[in-house]
Amino acid sequence: MAAADRPIVKPRPVYLNLFAIRQPLPAISSILHRISGALLFVVGIPLLLWFVQRSLASPEAFASAIGPLTTPLGKVVLLALAWSYLYHLFAGLRHLALDLHIGIKLAPARTSAALVIVLSVVVTLIVAVRLW
Amino acid sequence: MSDVDKRAVGAHYGLRDWLAQRITAIVITLYTALFLGIVMWNGGLDYATWRALFSGNAFSVATFLFMVALFWHAWVGMRNILMDYAKPTSVRLALQTIVICALIAYSGWTIQVLWGGA
Repeated sequence: MAAADRPIVKPRPVYLNLFAIRQPLPAISSILHRISGALLFVVGIPLLLWFVQRSLASPEAFASAIGPLTTPLGKVVLLALAWSYLYHLFAGLRHLALDLHIGIKLAPARTSAALVIVLSVVVTLIVAVRLW
Repeated sequence: MSDVDKRAVGAHYGLRDWLAQRITAIVITLYTALFLGIVMWNGGLDYATWRALFSGNAFSVATFLFMVALFWHAWVGMRNILMDYAKPTSVRLALQTIVICALIAYSGWTIQVLWGGA
């Protein structure tokens, strides 16, 4: 076979453009797990520590720590963190189930990925209703 | 020879981290359930209940375990994220160092909050 007949050697490694590929549901579920986790680390942990410290100091400090939660911005931040925590928790439980080979086939894995997203939004909405 | 170490490459923390991520996740989940249970049992939390909760050592120890599990979990997760997206070694190392420093500082802060005697 002549050299010209062989396929042209493609440059490697190949970097996939993740934004140009249609992501399947479990992939979206996976990236949301990462985004929510990063949010919880960057914003959630310092805010949680600050809140607990402040709220334990005195009844006045308790009231002033809860104060920002009654403002629209405070509620939005709290809801974002609540969604992050809930999503991360549900997606984590799904992961543990997959580890135990529960729902590991493609169809149930897709269903549970969707379920985790829906459930996290529904429970966040319940929190939102109670907050307002 | 039978005593040849076959692990030619790799850092070998994969399985340990995989397991740690799951064990810490279970600790975090159990504490979350416990906390929600306490809140519901009390029908919400006012300052007196909140303060009384943390004056007991059992709850403080449980909270401390939860926070340590949380920090450990955050480290494994953040490192995985940084390994995938922070490509230049210098940037990745710098960010990982920041994460570690933050988590150590948070550990100290946690002890201060729980047993600082404010």
